[in-house]
Amino acid sequence: MDLPPFQALLDAQGRDVHRFLVAIVGPSDAEDCYQETWLAALKAYPRLHDAANLRAWILTVAHRKAIDHVRARNRRPTPVAELPDAAIPAVEPDGVPEIWTHVRALPAKQRTAIALRTVADLAYPDIARVMGTSEEAARRSVHEALKRLRTEVSR
Amino acid sequence: MTAHDVLESALRDAAAALPTGPAPALDVEAAEAASLIDVAYARHDTPVGSLVLAATPRGLVRVAYTDDEAGVEATLAALSRDLSPRVLDAPRRLDAARRELDEYFAGRRDRFELALDWRLTRGFARRILRSTARIPYGSVSSYAQVATAAGSPRGSRAAGNALGANPLPIVVPCHRVLHSGGGLGGYTGGLERKLILLGIESAMPGGAPTRA
Repeated sequence: MDLPPFQALLDAQGRDVHRFLVAIVGPSDAEDCYQETWLAALKAYPRLHDAANLRAWILTVAHRKAIDHVRARNRRPTPVAELPDAAIPAVEPDGVPEIWTHVRALPAKQRTAIALRTVADLAYPDIARVMGTSEEAARRSVHEALKRLRTEVSR
Repeated sequence: MTAHDVLESALRDAAAALPTGPAPALDVEAAEAASLIDVAYARHDTPVGSLVLAATPRGLVRVAYTDDEAGVEATLAALSRDLSPRVLDAPRRLDAARRELDEYFAGRRDRFELALDWRLTRGFARRILRSTARIPYGSVSSYAQVATAAGSPRGSRAAGNALGANPLPIVVPCHRVLHSGGGLGGYTGGLERKLILLGIESAMPGGAPTRA
C-alpha cells in the first residue's frame, strides 16, 4: 500500500493528535509537543513500511514526544508562579474541562491509556501498539485509571 | 452498565469538550529548515482554471490542471508515489512560480525563468519536452518538428504521447505544438485551454499560426 501524501495524514489526524496531547500534557505544552510530533513523523515517514494503521503510528509518535516533554519539564526548575507540588495548574485555561486535570495527575501509563481510549477512541490492540505493551496491560491501565478517577472525582 | 462504563462514557463526553477547532498549523518553516519537505505544493487559480504547482528542492516538478478535489487528491497521491511521500502544502516555496504564471497570464511575461526538475520525465519523452521548452513565445511548431529535434524524425506519434503526458504544462509550452496540417492536435488539459493559451500569446492571429 502506498503511503498517502504527508499533508493528507496531517489533515486527517492533526485534530485528534492535538486533542490527545492537550489531554495528557495540558493545553500550554500541547502546542510544542504537537510541532515536535509532526516534525519527527515527517522525518521518519518515508521509511515507514506499513501504511495500514497510520493513526496508531502517529499517536505512537505523539505518545513518545509527550513522554520526552514531561521528562524535560521535570528537569526544569518549577516556575515561581506554579503550585509547589504540581506541574498541573489548578484552574485550566482555554475551557478545558476539569476532569482532565485529574487525568493528568494519573501515573503516565494510566493517563496515556485512558486518553487513547477516550480521546483518540482507539481499540485495545491499538492502545497496546501505541504504548508498546500487551493488550492485557493496556486493558489493565485503562481499568486502573478509571478506578483511580472514580475516587478522585467522587471526592 | 458498570460504574467504570459510566465513567468511561463521561470521559468520552469530556473528550468531546477538548479543543475542537482546527489543529494548530504545522510549523512549515521548521520543516523547511530541517530539509524535510521533499515536495512542496500550492494551489493556484488562473484563467485556465485551478492548478496544483509542486516543487522539489531542485525546482518546479509538476503543474497539474485540477478541475475538482478528486483531481487535487490524485495529483498529490501521484507525487507521493513517484517522488516522495513527504508532500506538504507549503505555498511559499511556489511564490516565484505563482508570480511568473500571473505575469504570463497578464501578458507581461514571455518566458519562464524557473528552475525545473525534470524528474517526472525520462528518455525520449524528456528529449521531446526539452526541445518543446525551446519553442519561443508566440510561435508554434509541429509534432514532426519536435520529434526531429529530439532525434527521431519519424516519432511524431510518440512525440504526441510525450506531450500529452507533459508534467509541466504551460511552463513547458506543449500548447505550442500543433499538427503539421494546421489542426490543433491534442492537449493535456483539453483543447479549450490550448486555445486560451495560444490566444494569450496571440500565436494565431486571424487563425494563422506563425511557424517557428
